[in-house]
Amino acid sequence: MANMSLKKNPMPSQEPDVRNKNFEEVALGYTEEQALDEAQRCLHCKNKPCMQGCPVMVHIPDFIAEVAKGDFEAAYQIISATSALPAVCGRVCPQESQCEKYCVRGVKGEPVGIGRLERFVADWHNAHCTEAAVKPASNGHKVAVVGSGPAGLTCAGDLARKGYEVTVFEALHLAGGVLVYGIPEFRLPKSIVQKEVDGLKAMGVKVETDMVIGRVLSIDELMEEYGFEAVFIGSGAGLPMFMHIPGENLCGVYSANEFLTRINLMKAYQPGSNTPIQHGRKVAVVGGGNVAMDAARCAKRLGADVHIVYRRGKDELPARREEVEHAEEEGIIFDLLTNPTEIMGDDKGDVCGMKCIRMELGEPDASGRRRPVEIAGSEFELDVDCVIMALGTSPNPLIKSTTKGLEINKKGGIIVNEDGLTSREGVYAGGDAVTGAATVILAMGAGKTAAKAIDEQLSK
Amino acid sequence: MYRIVRREALRPTVTLLEVEAPLIAKKARPGQFIILRVDEDGERIPLTIYNADAAKGTITIIFQIVGATTEKLNHKAEGEYLQDFVGPLGKATETEGRKKVCVVGGGVGCAIAYPVAKAFHECGTEVHTVVGFKNKDLVILEEDFRAVSDVMKLMTDDGTYGEKGLVTDALKQLIEAGNTYDEVFAIGPMMMMKFVSLTTKPYGLKTIVSMSPIMIDGTGMCGGCRISVGGETKFACVDGPDFDGHQVDWDLAVKRGAMYKEFERHAYEEACNLFKQEVK
Ligand SMILES: Cc1cc2nc3c(=O)[nH]c(=O)nc-3n(C[C@H](O)[C@H](O)[C@H](O)COP(=O)(O)OP(=O)(O)OC[C@H]3O[C@@H](n4cnc5c(N)ncnc54)[C@H](O)[C@@H]3O)c2cc1C
Ligand SMILES: Cc1cc2nc3c(=O)[nH]c(=O)nc-3n(C[C@H](O)[C@H](O)[C@H](O)COP(=O)(O)OP(=O)(O)OC[C@H]3O[C@@H](n4cnc5c(N)ncnc54)[C@H](O)[C@@H]3O)c2cc1C
Ligand code: SF4
Ligand code: SF4
Ligand code: FES
Ligand SMILES: [Mg+2]
Repeated sequence: MANMSLKKNPMPSQEPDVRNKNFEEVALGYTEEQALDEAQRCLHCKNKPCMQGCPVMVHIPDFIAEVAKGDFEAAYQIISATSALPAVCGRVCPQESQCEKYCVRGVKGEPVGIGRLERFVADWHNAHCTEAAVKPASNGHKVAVVGSGPAGLTCAGDLARKGYEVTVFEALHLAGGVLVYGIPEFRLPKSIVQKEVDGLKAMGVKVETDMVIGRVLSIDELMEEYGFEAVFIGSGAGLPMFMHIPGENLCGVYSANEFLTRINLMKAYQPGSNTPIQHGRKVAVVGGGNVAMDAARCAKRLGADVHIVYRRGKDELPARREEVEHAEEEGIIFDLLTNPTEIMGDDKGDVCGMKCIRMELGEPDASGRRRPVEIAGSEFELDVDCVIMALGTSPNPLIKSTTKGLEINKKGGIIVNEDGLTSREGVYAGGDAVTGAATVILAMGAGKTAAKAIDEQLSK
Repeated sequence: MYRIVRREALRPTVTLLEVEAPLIAKKARPGQFIILRVDEDGERIPLTIYNADAAKGTITIIFQIVGATTEKLNHKAEGEYLQDFVGPLGKATETEGRKKVCVVGGGVGCAIAYPVAKAFHECGTEVHTVVGFKNKDLVILEEDFRAVSDVMKLMTDDGTYGEKGLVTDALKQLIEAGNTYDEVFAIGPMMMMKFVSLTTKPYGLKTIVSMSPIMIDGTGMCGGCRISVGGETKFACVDGPDFDGHQVDWDLAVKRGAMYKEFERHAYEEACNLFKQEVK
């Protein structure tokens, strides 16, 4: 008999007033009992509506059935048949707009906690299964992967399993992409990403850090001089946007990328770290996505009073719902329907305030979202000494500008067909480099699609 | 890991390192830089490529010991390794098609000015150089500059060597003496570059400066290196480091460069103490 509780098993978490002062993981994960209980809530619907919401079609009811039986390893094998990074996706997928959105249990009450179960299964596997990955026999083909975010890592993994000799080239000194430089430790422990990277290395994947492709080697050189038969570009969308308002270059104005990189990649949160960062007293984070929530919660943990300044309303916040809830619980203040117009500085060039204007929602725009419009005469000043711009990012033009014949769209995204093939023969791309800033699971899916197409091309 | 094949103390506070980095050596062009990390957990700092030897597969850098990381770097011996070394970053300096230029270098900025002067010289350009130092003890690369200069002025602030005066004094003299330059190229402390730009402005003399704001990734990802040029925001690591000196917002650049002074001073003291303890 199914568990008919209307509510998901709650996620055990650190208390808000404790966790907003440390960088340890917020959500602690289900116990076996909680996982078994939650798994009982699944009705094993014949038409599997939840699966339609998952970009990589994880066989959701099947893995949940194994969890319910207590065979967690079998559950893991089902998930990992279609998903390369379950421990990551279980934590960071926007489940409320994907798998869980379509769960029938959500019609009346809460959907099945699919993401939480996925995380549980992946963590269980990582804790209990220690058998080392084996290096498959080489098939003699060489493939290069540019960028080590979820797109690149997934593509590399799928190809390595088939015997390809894969080299991943990463510009930074550490592999993982946004998973290591952007998403904070308290939401995605870096050891999880490291484990994925180590797993790839054990399968024979070479990971070359400090390699900015387009500078030190071009894609053409990789193919013509180094013998790579195919290249996958998973270089992400790393270029931060600014608002172009007065005062944006003052000391104490950061892009979210810089702020998060200093904290996560460069470990500025650890006492005694070599990386300087301004410890704002009162911080404004401009934007409403996951990036804004992460920056705000990091600033809070460094001891600041933090405001999220977002020009639309609460329902329009693009962040994962859970992150918004966590941010609220941790004491982040939301200044919604508010837009900055100017950042003010003192004579030393430090931020000493931000002028804002109130907004209201007008007619829907092209995206179907109601367009925010300024309310005349509603200007006011926010007392802040640090401003973090989390307005979005776009693909870096470096690869395009150094690769002959690589076509991009108006927004800088690399143009690909349904197999991930670009306008250049043998050159594939996927993830944020193609779509602009999106999600981990979409990047992973794109890496998988390209790996399949590369295999088909090279095994012809 | 990147092996140090040669270490030379040019002056007590200025050191040269030659590092094995064959791929970078093949690609590097004058005006480009590398970013290095001395050790695991180290910060990323940018340093200009002083020389690239493609045949030997090495990159040479010259740095001044000013804080914690350069102090640590200075304690690395020949045969030891650097954790990370990435490049070549930034746009190369444009050196083609100039008839006559004046290259101005200040202090350790001369390490950056030299490869540029050399590149001009190799293009067949008439090269005048003005190099300036605080005093005799800080003079570096004198012979190198002589070899690539048609006219050279060596200045010290206190007159203990060369001529007494600032680089701007010498530059002004050269201009007033009737030299017409296609371009003045200035590299050194921010204040020096600002005053060189102010000196050349009344003459309408095109002036290129090499900006050195605080950087992290060096690939355009963080925006921390942004400066304002002609009212537009630029990321120095990818749009530069060379910019039109008459368009740069100097006050802003100076303020942003000093953003972490407090932290840096503290870190420097700690690094120095660490090395003192090791000596004991
Ligand atoms: C702060 C933050 C929070 C986020 N939160 C979530 C979330 O909760 N859920 C979710 O689903 N998504 C989230 N996202 C989005 C998600 O992280 C991205 O969509 C995803 O990481 C994209 O993967 P990718 O592999 O395409 O690129 P990236 O992860 O960006 O990786 C690209 C890699 O390529 C490297 N690179 C770039 N150029 C070069 C070059 N020329 N040569 C070599 N290497 C290069 C980069 O250094 C980087 O390591 C978040 C993003 C950020 C920034
Ligand atoms: C493109 C570029 C090329 C450079 N080339 C040379 C060179 O050839 N030789 C040389 O001696 N110096 C060069 N510099 C400056 C050099 O990077 C700094 O001196 C060094 O980072 C100081 O680090 P520190 O920890 O020892 O000192 P700190 O005490 O931390 O800093 C001293 C000062 O250096 C600057 N600085 C600090 N961190 C950085 C950083 N991450 N990036 C840039 N500047 C920083 C700041 O203005 C700071 O106040 C260059 C800088 C840039 C941007
Ligand atoms: S991968 Fe993401 S969308 Fe798919 S089932 Fe797992 S949590 Fe849901
Ligand atoms: S829709 Fe919900 S209840 Fe139905 S199979 Fe999927 S997870 Fe189970
Ligand atoms: S150093 Fe990060 S964008 Fe220039
Ligand atoms: Mg430093």
